[in-house]
Amino acid sequence: MKEHKKTVKGVAFYNNPKIRAIIYQILALAAIFLFTYYVLHNMFINIEKRGINTGFDFLGNEAGFGIISTLIPYTESDTYGRVFIIGILNTLLVSGIGIFFSTIIGLLVGIGRLSKNFMISKLCLVYVETFRNIPILLQILFWYNVVLAALPGPRQSMSYMDAFFLNNRGLYIPRPILESGFMSVIIAFLIAIAAVVYLAKWAKKKHDETGEEFPVFWTSLVILIASPVLVYFVSGSPATLEYAQLKGFNFVGGWTFTPELLALSFALSIYPATYIAEAVRAGIEAVPKGQKEAANSLGLKNHIILRKVVLPQALRVIIPPVINQYLNLMKNSSLATAIGYPELVTLFAGTALNQVGQAIEIILMTMAVYLTISILISIVMNFINAKIQIKER
Amino acid sequence: MKLLKTLSLSIAALAIASTVSSADTLDTTIKNGKLSCGLNTGLPGFAAPDSDGVWKGIDVDVCRAVAAAVLGDATKVKYAHLNAKERFTALQSGEIDVLARNTTWTATRDTSLGLNFTGVNYYDGQGFLVSKKLGVKSAKELDGATFCIQAGTTTELNLTDYFKSHNMKYTPITYDTSAQTIQGFEEGRCDALTSDSSQLYALRTQLKNPSSAIVLPEIISKEPLGPVVRQGDDKWFNIVKWTEIAMLNAEDLGVNSKNVDEMLKSTNPNIQRLLGVTGDIGKNLGLDPKWAYNIIKQVGNYGESFERNVGQGSPLKIERGLNALWKNGGLQYGAPIR
Repeated sequence: MKEHKKTVKGVAFYNNPKIRAIIYQILALAAIFLFTYYVLHNMFINIEKRGINTGFDFLGNEAGFGIISTLIPYTESDTYGRVFIIGILNTLLVSGIGIFFSTIIGLLVGIGRLSKNFMISKLCLVYVETFRNIPILLQILFWYNVVLAALPGPRQSMSYMDAFFLNNRGLYIPRPILESGFMSVIIAFLIAIAAVVYLAKWAKKKHDETGEEFPVFWTSLVILIASPVLVYFVSGSPATLEYAQLKGFNFVGGWTFTPELLALSFALSIYPATYIAEAVRAGIEAVPKGQKEAANSLGLKNHIILRKVVLPQALRVIIPPVINQYLNLMKNSSLATAIGYPELVTLFAGTALNQVGQAIEIILMTMAVYLTISILISIVMNFINAKIQIKER
Repeated sequence: MKLLKTLSLSIAALAIASTVSSADTLDTTIKNGKLSCGLNTGLPGFAAPDSDGVWKGIDVDVCRAVAAAVLGDATKVKYAHLNAKERFTALQSGEIDVLARNTTWTATRDTSLGLNFTGVNYYDGQGFLVSKKLGVKSAKELDGATFCIQAGTTTELNLTDYFKSHNMKYTPITYDTSAQTIQGFEEGRCDALTSDSSQLYALRTQLKNPSSAIVLPEIISKEPLGPVVRQGDDKWFNIVKWTEIAMLNAEDLGVNSKNVDEMLKSTNPNIQRLLGVTGDIGKNLGLDPKWAYNIIKQVGNYGESFERNVGQGSPLKIERGLNALWKNGGLQYGAPIR
């Protein structure tokens, strides 16, 4: 029997464990690359053989179909490239609306569930359990059909002060039309923001030095609203409102929120909010009781304890699961295809795909968009997460 | 590194060697014992389940006829129910072998998607369905109206063309399926619904109160609807193409599902060739000599299929119109079987 040798002298290089590990990894990587290459190569040969067009030339062709709501100007003679951009913008719009409202609702309900008030906590519980357990597609369809069924036709629309109209074609609100002098209002607003930032710094310094509290929030609010409004009137009201008017079949002018957008925003706010609420609750409960008791013994008021002691610590627990909810929300916006809201999947991976027929290019582009947005959301949220982590010095 | 080189070379060789051989659809269908056929998700007259849950319609008959010709049994079909957006990909990828889903034959689809249209089983045209309440009598009064449309159809493009050429504006709401489209119309989301006129009649029957809506007189486009197959399999293309021609010729020659057995004894040489009594059309197609007999016996001729599904024998009650035989003033003309 030979003795087991620990030294590697005289052993062939492929028996050296270190080199071996590297070789295996290179082989694994090469196999993955070759497999991908093989699949793609095969696919393109097959496509060509079957006489299917390939390439991205179609992006420059005229789309030729109408789109109900766009954030940038669009006519039927615009290109598929523009349709792609419109799809992305509409996806970002509903996702943005969803993220904004689901965060607010989630935060309130999450805090509400821990409330000592029996009614509030139970109502929040019912909300979470109800909307968390119904598939979001059903919720989208439900809101859409509820909205449509409840609202009257354009000619019988509900109106408020002849400026706001609600009917089954959407919610119509006046649209401000800005004139040249409006620039001064924007500048006033920017200056107000700068002033508020300075004020916050000054108040913090004063608080650090003297312990005196200054009502930063309310003062800031007044500055932010009052100064642009003041400048607006001083410069002679350089904006007019365009009202929606009933013309022929429908209302024309103003800003329109279509039922599709309303239903989708509703579903994308209410459903993810349940998960965010649970994350918030978990985060708050994760803050040691002693922290609250200590703050209490200092004589701090409840809302100040929540804002300055509990939430900053809870956020460290809350943010990671919330990132996931934002990502899910963004991806769930593609369910809009069920109600015809023109976001990326409906518009580009749906209508455009079927008009052009180039499935591979279009699906790849669509996937790339979702991947990019997801990564961006992750990066931003992880940055925020890193910011609020405990800094150990 | 030698190992790696050998590995990469062999995989590259594999990649080149195994470029998919053009699959023989006829052989695979016979081997599977079932025809996989793509249909609409539900459109009365073309493809919709009856009260027993059996799918019926003029498009279903295309599937059944091809199955009868190829497998000798019209029931040996596996149906795939596709929406407008899925249909071409399903055919391109080989999920289905025939697409019989009221699909308009256009130049782009025929030339750039790797597909072949085998013929026209229904000559259609795009029209408008509007609520009676609006008091609209003509499509020219629809300026500024909102339309319910099915996404990704030629309908969408025709509507744009029509409104552009008449200098009018419209707002589109595009839904995924025709069921959603009619629901949107019924709930008042749109003023009008636009689609192929045959579909309008079919969709109107699905309204709670069908008499509350009317179909406007204008037809704004040509919509030749027909079965589609993949490019590059000429044998299969021929089979699907001649299945429909056989049904047309059967009507032309007065052969139907009831008299087809007697007709086997007919002395008319055209009928003899059609039913495989003489000649070798079946053999040339790679099928049983009785291929056309099986179609007619089990599915019927074109006229029977039309009347049963969309014509007077159906709730739709659509006139033959353009779909009458050539000798009756229509466009349906079966190339001679000889």
